Amino acid sequence: MSKEMTIHLKYWKQDGPDARGYFEEYTLDNVNEHMSFLEMLDVLNEELMLKDKAPVEFDYDCREGICGSCNLVINGQAHGPKERVAACQLHMRNYSDGDHITIEPPRAAAFPVIKDLVVDRSAFDRIIEAGGYVSVKTGAAPEANSIPVEQEKANKAFDYATCIGCGACVAACPNASASLFTGAKIAHLNKLPQGEVERTNRVVNMVDQMKEEGFGDCSNYAECEAVCPVGISITAIAEMRKDYIKAVFKGD
Amino acid sequence: MSLDSKVPEGPLTEKWSKHLQDIKLVAPNNKRKYEVIVVGTGLAGGAAAASFAEMGYNVRSFCIQDSARRAHSIAAQGGINAAKNYPNDGDSIWRLFYDTIKGGDYRSREANVYRLAQVSNEIIDQAVAQGVPFAREYGGQLANRSFGGAQVSRTFYAKGQTGQQLLLGAYQAMMRQVHKGNIKYHPRHEMLELVVIDGQAKGIITRDLVSGELKRWEADAVVLATGGYGNVFYLSTNAKNSNVTAAWRAHKKGAYFANPCYVQVHPTCIPVSGDYQSKLTLMSESLRNDGRVWVPKKKGDKRHPNDIPDEERYYYLEERYPSFGNLVPRDVASRNAKNVCDDGYGVGETGLAVYLDFRDAIKRDGKEAVEARYGNLFEMYENIAGDNPYKQPMRIYPAVHYTMGGLWVDYNLMSNIPGLFVAGEANFSDHGANRLGASALMQGLSDGYFVLPYTIGNYLADQAPGKRYGTDHGAFVEAENEAQGQIDKLLNVNGDRTIIDFHRSLGKIVWDKIGIARNEEDLKSAIEEIRELREEFWQNVKVPGDKNNYNKYLEFAGRVADFFELAELMAEDALNRDESAGCHLREEHQTEEGEALRNDEDYSFVAAWEYGGVNGKLEETLHKENLEFEFVELKQRSYK
Ligand SMILES: Cc1cc2nc3c(=O)[nH]c(=O)nc-3n(C[C@H](O)[C@H](O)[C@H](O)COP(=O)(O)OP(=O)(O)OC[C@H]3O[C@@H](n4cnc5c(N)ncnc54)[C@H](O)[C@@H]3O)c2cc1C
Ligand code: SF4
Ligand code: FES
Repeated sequence: MSKEMTIHLKYWKQDGPDARGYFEEYTLDNVNEHMSFLEMLDVLNEELMLKDKAPVEFDYDCREGICGSCNLVINGQAHGPKERVAACQLHMRNYSDGDHITIEPPRAAAFPVIKDLVVDRSAFDRIIEAGGYVSVKTGAAPEANSIPVEQEKANKAFDYATCIGCGACVAACPNASASLFTGAKIAHLNKLPQGEVERTNRVVNMVDQMKEEGFGDCSNYAECEAVCPVGISITAIAEMRKDYIKAVFKGD
Repeated sequence: MSLDSKVPEGPLTEKWSKHLQDIKLVAPNNKRKYEVIVVGTGLAGGAAAASFAEMGYNVRSFCIQDSARRAHSIAAQGGINAAKNYPNDGDSIWRLFYDTIKGGDYRSREANVYRLAQVSNEIIDQAVAQGVPFAREYGGQLANRSFGGAQVSRTFYAKGQTGQQLLLGAYQAMMRQVHKGNIKYHPRHEMLELVVIDGQAKGIITRDLVSGELKRWEADAVVLATGGYGNVFYLSTNAKNSNVTAAWRAHKKGAYFANPCYVQVHPTCIPVSGDYQSKLTLMSESLRNDGRVWVPKKKGDKRHPNDIPDEERYYYLEERYPSFGNLVPRDVASRNAKNVCDDGYGVGETGLAVYLDFRDAIKRDGKEAVEARYGNLFEMYENIAGDNPYKQPMRIYPAVHYTMGGLWVDYNLMSNIPGLFVAGEANFSDHGANRLGASALMQGLSDGYFVLPYTIGNYLADQAPGKRYGTDHGAFVEAENEAQGQIDKLLNVNGDRTIIDFHRSLGKIVWDKIGIARNEEDLKSAIEEIRELREEFWQNVKVPGDKNNYNKYLEFAGRVADFFELAELMAEDALNRDESAGCHLREEHQTEEGEALRNDEDYSFVAAWEYGGVNGKLEETLHKENLEFEFVELKQRSYK
């Protein structure tokens, strides 16, 4: 039979971007070890609502680590204690009976709180808007196999392209920098012949947008890489900087 | 009266090219005068919004998530089909067309499916040009694999994240247009009503999910690309926000809902572990290439699977289907798993699971070989289920995965309401009674990139450019009042059962009685049970908080209310279709081998339902679109 536990929760409540936030506490009995972390929060909310208390709001959709909606900071760690998973893929068997768990939203000036654990990450959309694409119109594409792409390059591009846009890298960074997110998109597109053409403008526009959104600079703490649920490598950041400097000095 | 599908005349192979020559165009300097609303940013909606904007139309895009990039399409794993025939294994447009028609058990429209196969190749070109990092061969060419029982290798893929990569391609194309100002972008906005003026779709009402504000949007045409309705079952492989609300509210405004009973169940999902379960996770069916499916021969055998000797194991697929064995199609595998569990042979804590065993594959090929093939899937399984599939068999169970039914559309993807277009999983168009693996991504992108951009022009060309009724028009006011009324009603019930509790109970009825296998008696009792539970929902649901705020449970309450009505229509449609076809198995109609037995004489039609009101019971009128097969011969499937 599966194990049941008692968990002591402390979670962030905040009514809106300008409201003052505070912690609320609740002890949840009968937490099954096979529950996912978000299912544990569902159960918490069911209990709260039946007691006529306000549920805690949190973001999610796919619940399988691919959409990037969930973004909880659990006991100070973005996405919780397990490496290489998003919060929705974390299971309660990673905890023990009587554990205390604190849940917070990612804290960054560029991610204002909407409600409780839900934040506004539209800054990420604007960074992509600034240049995270290949400028090709529908219908204007050449035959797919007309440009061969080295397998190794394609695989590298793919690895960077798997970023789920969750923002854990920002949450973990002492400077709240979005360099890993931005660098990953630049590296993905620059590795491919299709993306190579716009390389210079892309890096300048995206990096400038990132600064404008209020994200901090990168000081090589590498905390981002450690929490990234898909393992984006910080080499992306080094490449982005090199390209940026080159582009700016070219006077481009 | 048979519905007019507006399929162009002429030979199958020339219909689309001829249609493209015949349809009306909008002059370039006029395009700026048209506004098009696109609801949904999945593959279908994202591709459509980007393409419309590139052509010069003014586009407004809406989605529920905080970013367009998070639409449910992101989760598709396996791949996307196209008839490129790169491996030179005999594939062709005709073969892809034929496989899709046959796979759909001859319940889809020939002309649409042929067009889908035709444009499939352009989709791959488009995606590659956008920088989608598909898998490649050593020589740098695109790689293919075979998928879902096809005899050719026509599936393009990006590891297990094909949907993610294709969606990011469409999203990036969209964001480029947002930057240029051609798309006005509204994430965290849920469409609650369609606005119809003089019989034409002219706008929508949305709720801003952050502020709670209801807003009116006017346009010259509305595209719904809002995904499938699998979450009516409560548990499914769909993302939590997937819903039927946009489609259903359009249905209530007059759009016909087609074939709602066609639902696909996927055989290899991780089973339910308890009541708290919130969704089900799919595992690639490629696992069935090497895994052997079995249950203990003794009912309720509680021994550890490794302690059960071979002669006491029932390898039921291998025994029942000697030539296909563990590789029978999705519906056959799902049905058999449910049957053995219903008969008491299921395994695991809930008894709702069967074993998928890799012991023999590991013995035969070695652990390394198995790890190379399925390593990431095994890891995912272990993370969720908590045990190690290298050491003991996986437990699997079928789960609802895809809905073939949806809003009825003609060849131009326009519903019976002029100006309302429907794309992707939200329409009923191309998969008949069963969808083949790797074909949903193809259809969504085909609709969005290569069909709608042309067919919408054909409609807009007849609309006076720049003609506006204004959002003060009575139809807007009324639609907003309806949306507001529903929200207030939900908040005012103040009962004592939670929304999830109701949704779970509804899902159980739908799964047990309108699920993998159906029969008349069950369907009739399902209708009664749904009505009773719906009644109770409106008396006793508990919706927390208020409306002028971020309130996820209020969103869900509205969606569950719509599922309650859809569920009744699904039962009615399943009852009406007194034959088996594809995923719709009526127990009264099966071959001796337990295969779906069609009745082409009486049921070779699309069932399109017209809404007539809900008053205790749901009122719907049936319209039929007769399916004519000019180019293929109808056959009975057999996998023995
Ligand atoms: C786990 C899984 C794996 C799959 N794997 C494959 C595969 O390998 N190959 C394949 O071909 N298919 C696969 N499929 C199926 C395929 O992913 C879907 O059918 C397809 O992605 C649907 O795309 P769509 O654009 O129609 O809708 P979706 O991607 O579902 O997008 C719906 C959009 O509509 C929006 N929306 C919905 N309602 C509203 C509303 N009321 N107001 C505003 N916005 C709204 C949502 O926010 C979202 O943006 C898989 C499905 C699942 C669940
Ligand atoms: S780089 Fe990693 S942590 Fe940052 S947004 Fe992408 S997936 Fe999330
Ligand atoms: S909910 Fe989608 S990544 Fe966690």
